[in-house]
Amino acid sequence: MPDLTAKKKRPLWYNLSPLNLPLPGLVSILHRVSGVVLFLGLIAFLYLLDLSLASESGYAQAAGLLRAPIAKLLVIASIWALLHHMCAGIRHLFLDVDIGTSLRTARRSAFAVFIASLALTASIAVRIW
Amino acid sequence: MVNRIIVGAHYGLKDWLAQRITALLMIGYTVIFLVVWPRPMSYAGWKALFAQGWMRFATFLLVASVLIHAWIGMRNVWMDYVKHTGLRLALEVATILWLVGCAGWAMQILWRI
Ligand code: HEM
Ligand code: HEM
Repeated sequence: MPDLTAKKKRPLWYNLSPLNLPLPGLVSILHRVSGVVLFLGLIAFLYLLDLSLASESGYAQAAGLLRAPIAKLLVIASIWALLHHMCAGIRHLFLDVDIGTSLRTARRSAFAVFIASLALTASIAVRIW
Repeated sequence: MVNRIIVGAHYGLKDWLAQRITALLMIGYTVIFLVVWPRPMSYAGWKALFAQGWMRFATFLLVASVLIHAWIGMRNVWMDYVKHTGLRLALEVATILWLVGCAGWAMQILWRI
């Protein structure tokens, strides 16, 4: 009779380090990270909207702020966060309705999310730099 | 302690659905914005864009969507990582205040034009 109450020692091999995640896992965690970044970034976005719509000089001031290289880097990072979140979100919506859920297509669409959001970010980055 | 039933149908389904619907609305707004944003950018063009009634309406829907979407999203994140009930409640309240504050500010910006 096996002892059912005894805790079996099972090997724990989970390695949840992001560097070890398969591509769909990386898309997923970055979707979460980018969502939180967008949430926290709302205030900066609103500040710029407020300034730029307030007056002619406010608009010039906002444009001036965005000319600094650090500001441009932040803008590019935010655009990437939004695009990654949106592309991964769209992929998520398809998975929700059972489209593309096989391992093969899920891996491919995860790859496509990275390519699409990085390519779009790059195309915007070269324009605003 | 109240005996709560923790299994069953529809728990969270409304929120889940609201998060999807608001996601679709935000995608729609993004597409519209990419079509109508002033090129080249200028104060006059930028202001004229947001002065239009339909653009304000669309932006109002965007703000409402972000409010609902980010609330559900951030609440999910807090639920996943913050196990201490009091701390989680505080963070959830802070999230609501932050989002409602941002939404109010956005309305003020738009209706000041
Ligand atoms: C632009 C269009 C957007 C789309 C298509 C989109 C899509 C999605 C979807 C489908 C989810 C659900 C993920 C899940 O259930 O695991 C989600 C979660 C979330 N979204 Fe968005 N979203 C968008 C914009 C935004 C914006 C602007 C914000 C913040 C201001 C935001 C913040 C969040 C947060 C915090 C979560 C929770 C993340 C998580 O649970 O891992 N999203 N988004
Ligand atoms: C064969 C086993 C399993 C399958 C097929 C599976 C599948 C899934 C799926 C499809 C989701 C939804 C993902 C999303 O919408 O973002 C999910 C979420 C989740 N699963 Fe599993 N799961 C399995 C085992 C487990 C186990 C063993 C645990 C915990 C010990 C677990 C914990 C979770 C949690 C916490 C979530 C929510 C994560 C989030 O939304 O961020 N799952 N799982």
